[in-house]
Amino acid sequence: MLSHLDKLEAEAIYIIREVAAVCEKPVMLYSIGKDSSVMLHLALKAFYPEKPPFPFLHIDTTWKFHDMIAFRDRIAKEHGITMLKYTNQDGVARGINPFDHGAAYTDIMKTQALKQALKKYGFTAAFGGGRRDEEKSRAKERIFSFRNEAQVWDPKNQRPEMWKLYNPRIKKGESMRVFPISNWTEKDIWQYIKRENIEIVPLYFAKVRPIIRRDGMIIMVDDDRLKLRPGEKITNEKVRFRTLGCYPLTGGFVSEADTLDKIIEETLQAVTSERASRAIDKDSIGSMERRKREGYF
Amino acid sequence: MSGLLKFITCGSVDDGKSTLIGHILYDSKLLYADQEKALELESKAGSRGGKLDYSLLLDGLMAEHEQGITIDVAYRYFTTEKRSFIVADTPGHEEYTRNMAVGASFADLAVILTDASKGVLVQTRRHARICHLMGIKYFIFAVNKMDIIDYDEKRFQEITKQIDVLVKQIGLENVTIIPLSATEGDNVTKKSANMPWYKGDTLLSVLENINVENTAAGDGFYLPVQRVCRPDRTFRGFQGQCESGQLHVGDTVTVLPSGETADVKSIYNAGAKTDTAFAGQALTIELSKEIDVSRGCVITKDIKANITKSITSDILWMDDNPLLLQHEYILQLGSSSTVAVVKQINYKTDVNSGDKLPASVLRKNEIANCTISLADKITAAEFTAYPVLGSFILIDRLSNMTSACGVIRNVQQLTDDDYSFVSDNIKISATLFDEYYYNMSDMKIDTAQGNYKAFTVGDTLPLKGDTYNYPQEIDIIAFAENAAIRVRHGKIAEILPLSQYSFDTQYNAPLADTRGFFINIHDQTELDKFRAEYTEGKNHASFWNKWLDCTKWRHILFNDNFWMI
Repeated sequence: MLSHLDKLEAEAIYIIREVAAVCEKPVMLYSIGKDSSVMLHLALKAFYPEKPPFPFLHIDTTWKFHDMIAFRDRIAKEHGITMLKYTNQDGVARGINPFDHGAAYTDIMKTQALKQALKKYGFTAAFGGGRRDEEKSRAKERIFSFRNEAQVWDPKNQRPEMWKLYNPRIKKGESMRVFPISNWTEKDIWQYIKRENIEIVPLYFAKVRPIIRRDGMIIMVDDDRLKLRPGEKITNEKVRFRTLGCYPLTGGFVSEADTLDKIIEETLQAVTSERASRAIDKDSIGSMERRKREGYF
Repeated sequence: MSGLLKFITCGSVDDGKSTLIGHILYDSKLLYADQEKALELESKAGSRGGKLDYSLLLDGLMAEHEQGITIDVAYRYFTTEKRSFIVADTPGHEEYTRNMAVGASFADLAVILTDASKGVLVQTRRHARICHLMGIKYFIFAVNKMDIIDYDEKRFQEITKQIDVLVKQIGLENVTIIPLSATEGDNVTKKSANMPWYKGDTLLSVLENINVENTAAGDGFYLPVQRVCRPDRTFRGFQGQCESGQLHVGDTVTVLPSGETADVKSIYNAGAKTDTAFAGQALTIELSKEIDVSRGCVITKDIKANITKSITSDILWMDDNPLLLQHEYILQLGSSSTVAVVKQINYKTDVNSGDKLPASVLRKNEIANCTISLADKITAAEFTAYPVLGSFILIDRLSNMTSACGVIRNVQQLTDDDYSFVSDNIKISATLFDEYYYNMSDMKIDTAQGNYKAFTVGDTLPLKGDTYNYPQEIDIIAFAENAAIRVRHGKIAEILPLSQYSFDTQYNAPLADTRGFFINIHDQTELDKFRAEYTEGKNHASFWNKWLDCTKWRHILFNDNFWMI
C-alpha cells in the first residue's frame, strides 16, 4: 500500500504528465517558494530521464528577497531548465511599489504582469502551486481550471471534473491554470521536502536577520529601499518566513526553527494559518476570490 | 493508522452538510486561530443570531455567502490522531447536482445527510443514486437535526425504514445509519447524552475506523499510456499510472489495442529505477523491442479488456443543453479520446422511484442508460471490473463543456462489420469514405460516417462520394494496423502486411492513408524515407503537413443538418 505522500506524489505526476501530453504550450509558474521547489522536483521526476518539456516562468516584481533571486538563478542552472523571467516594465516605469500603492501594487506587478507574460509567450496552460488548504476560494477550484480570453475565472460555472479525467479543451485565446498539488496540505509539503531532500530558500530557516516591526508585522530589511518611519528601529532577531514573496509584504516571525524537523514540529503546532502572514490576503473577506477572478493565481 | 480517507458529504439543501463538517473541524481543534476569529466575526453578521455558524468555514465563494448556500464542492483537509481525511463538501441544490457528482467521483465513502424533521427526500435519493453510479461503495446516512425533533427514537426508526427501502432499491452495501445534530454536536465527535437509546458509534469514530481499501484489486496489471518519453535516440519509455496489479522487469506485456507483446526492459517509479511496480505508482516503462505504442494505448498483463467501438453505459447528463442523439461528442476514457455518438437512450432512471422510463431526450441532472458508438476503436472494460477503463466523460465539441460522465455496463465485442477492410488475418479501420460537411449551425466541419461493410478482396469500392473522389488505382496504407490495401480497377486486389508492401512501379498507384488523404510519395525511395520519419514524426502536425495533402481527392460541402431541421 502506498503511503499518503506516495499517493500525493503519484497524483501530481499524473497531472503534470497529462498537461505535457495534451496541452499545446504549457509553462510552469515558479515563485521560488517552497511549493515551487516541490513542483519543480515533481516535474523533474515526472519526465525522467527526459527534462521537463516546458519552460518555467518567474514573475519578478523587483521586490523579491535578494536570496530568492540568487536561489532561482542557481537552481535553474543546476537542473538545466529554461527559466523565463518577466517584469511589468510599465509598472517599473511608473514607480509602482509596495509601500505607496498597496493593493494596486499586487495587481500591477503580479496579476497584470502574469497576464502580460502568458499572453506574450502564448502559453495555453500554466501550472501553479496553489493548494486547496490555503484559502476558502482555492478550496473550490478545479485542478484543471479554465480561464476565458480575458484570463478570468468563473467560479460559478466551473467544468465538472470527474475521477481523473481532465478536460483540457480550449479555444484560441483561452487557457488553463493547472494545480497538481491541490490536495497537499502545508504539512505534506514540509514532510515531502524532508523525505526527498529538496533544497529550499534559506529564508525558511530561522536565522538572525535585520528586521523592523510595522503594523503588527515583522519585515526584513532586505535593502535600502525600505524607508524607516519615525520611531522605527532596525533590530537583529532570529526570525524565519513561512511563505516567501515580496519582502516588504512578507511577514516573518520569531522562531528557533533552524532545521527541517523543527520547522515541521512548529508547523504542526501553529495557531495561525499560512496565509495570515501575507499582507495581501487580509484586505477583506473574499479578497482572494476577487483577485483570482481578475487573473491572479 | 488506517490510511487516507476521501469522503463526501451530500444530501438535500439545508440538511446541514457544511455545518456538520465545520463542527468536526471545530471540535477536533483543527482550526487555526485566525480562521476561528474570522468565523466568530462572520457569524456575528450571520443568520444564527451571533451563535457560531460552522458552515461559514466551508462556503468560500462570495456568491455562496450572499445566498447562504453551497454552490460548488469544497475540499477540506484534516487529520485526527487516527487518520488523515479529505472531505468534499457538496452542494444540495438540484441545480448544482453536477458539482456534487464531482465530489462523488473523488470519494471512497459518502456521508448522506437527512433532515430528521423531513425524512428521505427526492434529493436524498438522487444523491445516493449518483454516489452509487460514481462507484462509491461505503455509505453513512446521518439523520441530522435530531435536536429539532427532541431526540425522538421512534421518529428515527421511521426514517431508518425509509433509508432501508432506498438502500435495497439501489443495491447499496456497507451502510451505517447515525442519529445526530450537527449544530449541537450530538454524536458528531462525542457520544450524545440526549440519545441514550443509540448504541452505535459517533460519526467521527466510524470515519476513523472504517476500512475502504479495495480488496478485490490486484488481479492483473494495466497502465493507460499518457505520453512517450524520448530524451534521446537510445531511450523510449512509456509513461502512465499503474491502475492495478504489479509489474516486474522481465514480464511479458500486451499492448492494446494492437495486441503486440514485448518484455519489460526497465521500470522507473517517479524517476527512480525499480524492479517491481505497484498499483497507484506513476511509472515509466521501457520495453525490450520497438513496437508502436503511443498515448491512448494500454499496457496490460493478465487483464480482460476489450477493443470496442460500441458501449452500453449509465450516464449522468451535466450540461445545460440537452443531449442530442446522433450528435458528435468527444469521449475521453483513460488516456484515449475519440468522437462518440449516443445512438440510443435505452431508458431513463427516475431518481426518486428508480423506475426505468422510456426517453428520447436527456436533460441536465438526469441519469440514463445509453448505447454509445465510437468513431475509433478503444480499449475499454466494465466499470466494476476495471474502473479506469470503464469510466468516461463526454465533451461538447462546440462549447468544450464537460457534458456528461458515464460508467460502462457492457462492452460490445468487435465483429468484422466494425472494420472497413478485412482479410483472413488483417482487419483495418478506415474513414476514407466518411463525408465532410460544413455544419452551418455550429460553423464547423462535421464528418458523416460512410458506408463500410467489411470490404474484402474482390469487392468493388464506393470510390466516389459526395465529398470525395478517389482514382480507380490507389494503394491505401493503414499505419495503425501495419497493413496496406491495393485497389485496382476499382476493386480490392490485395490486402497485405506493410512489411511485404513496396511501391507499385507498374501502375504507379498513388498512396492514401485510411482517412483518404494523399501521401506525397512517388517512388520507393520516398516511401522508405517517409517510414523512417514516421515513428518520430507521427505525433506532430509538421510531419503530416510535410507528407500529406488533405485536399487532393477530398473537398467540403455545405449540408442541411438533419437533426437541426
